[in-house]
Parts: sequence; C-alpha cells; structure tokens
Amino acid sequence: MINFQNVSKIYQSNSHETIALDDATFRILPKEFVSLVGKSGAGKSTIIKLLIAEEKPSKGKVMMGNYEVAKLRMKELPSLRRRVGVIFQDFRLLPNKTAAENVAFALEVAGRTQEEIEEYVPQAMDMVGLKDKMRNFPKELSGGEKQRVAIARAMINHPDVLIADEPTGNLDPINTWDIIKLLLKINELGTTIILATHNKDIVNFLDRRVISLENGRVIRDEQKGRYILV
Amino acid sequence: MFLTKLFRTIKYGFLRFWREGSLSTATVAIVFLVLVGFGGLILFNTISNKTLGYIQDKVDISVYFKPDANEDEIIRMQKSLQQMTEVKSVEYVSKDRALEIFKERNVNDQKISQALEVVDTNPFGAYLNIKARDLKDYAAINAYLDKDAFKSEVDKISYTESAAVIERLKKIKITVEQSAFVLLIFIVATAALIIFNTIKLAIHSNRDEIGIMRLVGASNYFIQGPFLVEGILYGILGGIMATLVIGGGIYYLSPYMRIFVPDLDGWNYFVSNSFRFLVYEVLFGILLGVVSSYIAVRKYLKI
Repeated sequence: MINFQNVSKIYQSNSHETIALDDATFRILPKEFVSLVGKSGAGKSTIIKLLIAEEKPSKGKVMMGNYEVAKLRMKELPSLRRRVGVIFQDFRLLPNKTAAENVAFALEVAGRTQEEIEEYVPQAMDMVGLKDKMRNFPKELSGGEKQRVAIARAMINHPDVLIADEPTGNLDPINTWDIIKLLLKINELGTTIILATHNKDIVNFLDRRVISLENGRVIRDEQKGRYILV
Repeated sequence: MFLTKLFRTIKYGFLRFWREGSLSTATVAIVFLVLVGFGGLILFNTISNKTLGYIQDKVDISVYFKPDANEDEIIRMQKSLQQMTEVKSVEYVSKDRALEIFKERNVNDQKISQALEVVDTNPFGAYLNIKARDLKDYAAINAYLDKDAFKSEVDKISYTESAAVIERLKKIKITVEQSAFVLLIFIVATAALIIFNTIKLAIHSNRDEIGIMRLVGASNYFIQGPFLVEGILYGILGGIMATLVIGGGIYYLSPYMRIFVPDLDGWNYFVSNSFRFLVYEVLFGILLGVVSSYIAVRKYLKI
C-alpha cells in the first residue's frame, strides 16, 4: 500500500521557490489502477519521483508498505526499485544492449541466475509480443516496441507496483491502445498500476480511480473518475 | 553468486568496450600516447644513467711514481687505498708493464722504438689507477693522496688535470637526475589528467545510461564494475601498444646510440628488460584507467 501524508515538494532556485507538490494526501491500495491527471507541471512527475526516491519530500511522508521512502539508505534503494517497476515517456532503454539484454538486465541486478534469465526473458518478451525482436537494439525498434520492451523490463521482477509516467506520450493512437491494454492485463494479474497521463480519452475509457492535480494540489480524487480539467 | 556477478561484470565490460568501438578506440589511442611518453621517459632516464655511468667509469685518478720508487711502498699504498670506502678499485701498473703498454701503443712508430732501444733503461715509473665509487669521492681520495707521507715516492697525481672534467661531469649528472625527476612528475601528472578527462568524457556520454541502471535497481557495484573492466582494458591495450612502438623505436635508434656510447646496446638492453618494461607500462595504464573510471562514474551514481 502506498500512502502520501501531507507531502510537499518545494524546489529552491536562487531567490524564488517553485512549489511542485502542495500538501498532497492520498492512499493507493494493492491491485488498484490509479490515473494521475493534470497539465504539465501539475505535480504528476513529482509524485512519481518521490515514489522511486529520485527526490525527497520537503514536508510530509511517502510510505510504501511499512517503509518511509525518503528514510531508505543509499544501499537500500536498489531493492526498493526492484519492487517498483517504472516506465517512462522516453522509454529509457539502455542503447548498447539488445531488447532481450535490457530485460535481462533487471534480472541480473536482482542477482538472478543465468538459467532463470534464460527462462523468464523469452516469456516476458512473449507477453509484450516481441519474441521475434529479442536481438534487436533499441534504435532498431519503433516507439511502441520500445515501450513494450520497457514494460517487459519493468515487469520481469514481478513488482508490487508498476508506475507509468506518460507511457503513451510519444506513441501513435494504435500503439497507445496496445500499451493501455497491456497495462490493464498486468493489473488483472495483480499488480498495482499508477498511470500519469494527460490523455483524456485514455482516462475516460479506463473508468477507474482518477486523482486530479493542479498547481501541485490534489483537487479531485474519485473512484470512477473522468478527465475533468479546466 | 559472487562468481556470477564477477562473470557478468567482466562480460559487460568487454561488451561495452566492443559496442562503443569508436569511443574505445579513441580512449585507447590517448592512453597509448601517454604511455609512450611515460615509457620513453623511463628509457631515456635509464639510458642517460648508463651513459653517465660509462663516462664516469672512464674517469680515474692516476698516481705516477718516480722511476726509482720502492715497489713495497707502492704496494703498501695500494692496500691502504683499497681500504678506503670511497675507493672502488686500485689497479697497479708496474714499471715493466708501463713500458710494455707504451711499446704496444707506439708499435708502428719506428722513431720511438729506436729511441727506446738507445735509452736501454726503463724510463717509466710505476703507477696506480684509482677508481672511486662515485664522482664526488674523488676529492676525498685526492686529499688522502696529498699527504706528505707519500710525497717522497710520488712523481705526480693526475687529479688536478682531470679535476675540471670531474666537476663538470658531477654537475651534468645532478642536472640530468633532477630534470628527469621533474619531467617524470610532470609527465605522470599530465598523463593522469589527460586520461582522467578522456575517460570522464567517455563516461559522461553514458550518464543517462547510468541513471537508467540506477532506476532499474542496479547497485553501485553492478554499474561501476563494467566501467572499471573497461578501464583495465584501456590500460592493457595501451600498455602493450606503447611497449611495441617503443621497442620499434629503440630497434631503429640502437645503432645511433652506439655512436655516442660504444658499450651501450639499446636493443639488447630493451629485449632483456622488455617483460619488466611491459609490466610497468600495463600496470601504470591500468592504474590510471581504473582510478579515472572509478572517480568519473561515482559522479553519476548519486541519483
């Protein structure tokens, strides 16, 4: 379970402050599918950065299970990040590794054996429909294919939570829906999904919980929400 | 578990090196150039030391005795000199031997041979050739010889004649030693900076990748390992190439070195020391590669 308790994030630069997140409080239960919506700069990415400990909150607590994320030591971060899968708008694949190696990398860092890697990687590539492109390098894949490799990598360690930061932002409509269907399938298998997006059609189609953000504040939190932003 | 990790680290080090072909080639080229400078300096130092040693070996003090000097006295003087710590060797050349040497040297000069026959007696005195352990010791030996006790038998001492040469050689030796040391420090510092910056740039171009690895949950060791392996590869390849090129250079220059110092066979010297030289070059290269990689990657590990 994820719990944000009165969390604020303020960036200091020279003389002025930028409030990226302002006193946000919400809970996300296991197996939920939650969309974070809002314009650019509303605070979606800040919430994600706080969840994976890329940033620390200025005020408040971010809890993941029993752990306070900001209090984890540098050494403990890798194990947190293996429990949370993340996919990004810009895919963030390792350019010098093939598709299969990118997926295998997540297993290697978790200390899995070569036998396990040889068994799980083809399964994961099959799940995202890319078994025939395992040996291709990222530059040889289309945007949709890259994002599917990123999903396979994020899912291979069976994380409790999958965070998707604008995963369809760089994709055409057909690929967009393929990715959303894949996320729904993963959610059905029991993984919590946090989807940050400003794609109105996706949010309305999903018909799941929606947390709306504006200027760093949570302005709406509805169980079967729609994309409503002025 | 540890072996699996080690195997993966080495595998990814090699893979990185191979897949980033042009970057790796450029870095190895820089390491190679720096190591050629480093190795060249070591060799220059060794050869100049050898040359100086050779010249130093030619310097000696000769004590010429009067033709009627008592041989026992000379032998006694030789023994007392041999006991001095400053003295490396004392060679005794008797009256007869001195004559022989003179005859040998002038065997083609008939006038001199005839003159010697006319004289019929041996006009030469015996002499001692004294070699010191170090150039600076000649002054002490000269002071010892200058004592009154020896004056009655001694005709002349050659030190005063060669004093200027000895002083000059001393100065050259000190200058060469000091400048080689300064130059070595300069080269090592420059080398370290150049290699550090080259590797830093190479790793800087991988900063996004390091960030991604962190986000996927890779530990620092897992990220850093392959970069360190790459650093080792730069050192090994650069070191081997530098040794080969320096070897080639010495093979080519060796005959010219002989013109200056006939006893110095640069090529043979290099061949008999090539393994040790290679080890120095490779170790220095690895040290620079690994330390640079370590520092450069650390900068991007704090996400």
